[in-house]
Amino acid sequence: MDYLYFPGCTLYTKAKNFDQTARNCSKLLGFELKELSKWTCCGATFPLATDNLMALLPPARILANAREEGNVLTTLCAVCFNVIKRTNRLIQGDGEKRDKINNYIEKNYAGDLRVLHYLEVLKQDIGFSQLKEKVQKPLAGLKTAAYYGCMLLRPFSEMGFDDKERPSLFEEFLEALGAKAVDFPYKIECCGSFQSVGSPEVATECAYKILTSAIKNGAEAVVSTCPMCTFNIDHKQADIRQKYLDFKPVPIFYFTQLLGISMGLDHQTLGFEQNAIDPLPLLREKGFF
Amino acid sequence: MKIELTRQKVHNAFAKKVEWVSGQNLFACYQCGNCTAGCPVAFAMEVGPHEVIRYTLLGLEEEALQVNTFWLCASCLQCTSRCPKGIDIARVMDALRMIVLRKKERKDHVQIQEFPEGFLEKVPQIAFISGFRKFLS
Repeated sequence: MDYLYFPGCTLYTKAKNFDQTARNCSKLLGFELKELSKWTCCGATFPLATDNLMALLPPARILANAREEGNVLTTLCAVCFNVIKRTNRLIQGDGEKRDKINNYIEKNYAGDLRVLHYLEVLKQDIGFSQLKEKVQKPLAGLKTAAYYGCMLLRPFSEMGFDDKERPSLFEEFLEALGAKAVDFPYKIECCGSFQSVGSPEVATECAYKILTSAIKNGAEAVVSTCPMCTFNIDHKQADIRQKYLDFKPVPIFYFTQLLGISMGLDHQTLGFEQNAIDPLPLLREKGFF
Repeated sequence: MKIELTRQKVHNAFAKKVEWVSGQNLFACYQCGNCTAGCPVAFAMEVGPHEVIRYTLLGLEEEALQVNTFWLCASCLQCTSRCPKGIDIARVMDALRMIVLRKKERKDHVQIQEFPEGFLEKVPQIAFISGFRKFLS
């Protein structure tokens, strides 16, 4: 089965490594990510002010156009996933807003797309046990921290991704790849998100707490599902080091990069040049390349 | 600070406006502080989210709108997820932000022209787009 795929802006530019590895891995797993023929930015926030209909229009338009091409839509970026899934549910459940939105975008979308995150596709449609069988190069001995962040999980009633306080889906995925997933208390904490624009020092502090918590619990690398989180916990490590002199850099992966390694992809195709902290020394030390 | 409580003060127009924009019942709040305790950015806030709700219910509009609390909120929804009274506190924070940004003076919270050099090239689009949605009128 092929999946309609919404990449989102950042995966086209600053997180090409996330996009490319996912596309390549899909082929190896026997399905294709079929990019939507037309899409725009999703708006990158689900509007929380209830009277802000304007911010619902971009995701609604994406959904309405996608519905003309299929009935399951998948995304990789956790922010896009959150915005699109919440908008979809709102269109499904709120008749008044649905009519207003449809009038504005000149569509007749009922909210009947199934919106899935790529990890959900792997779990529900492929199955982690089948995934495990397809692994060419198990990530044995690699201690990873599955960092969920906020957007996959919250609000629980709308996202329904996993348990809101103690999720385990991401760890199960990493263990299917042969890696060890350490538990750490900050796995569902916020990375500071868009505060990297409003109050960068606050976002740096959030990232510091998450990373030190992961390291304290034995992680050698942290795994992310979101380019926003990745910016805060990977690219901001330089800022962390300026403030906390004893902080030792830790590599950050997109989960699809680890999937790619385990599927036997060559490291040149994994886009490590876009990772701020070079993960190759760690991967070589573990004997993966 | 001495505050005189009256029925009008508690059912004040400002609180009604916050309730309308957020779609939340502020009167459900019993000040347990769970929102503030779990907030990842509370360390940088002048007062916690539960205190801002209290200010609002007391009709202290000026005090509620001048603290940095809702500007620092990253909409991570941890407070929403943990509120024992089911208040979507992140929506309350967004409502306060919107009330300021929708004022006639249009006071933006961030100034794009003040971003350091190279910042635009470094930061991912999603951070800018969501930041601009939250901070610009």
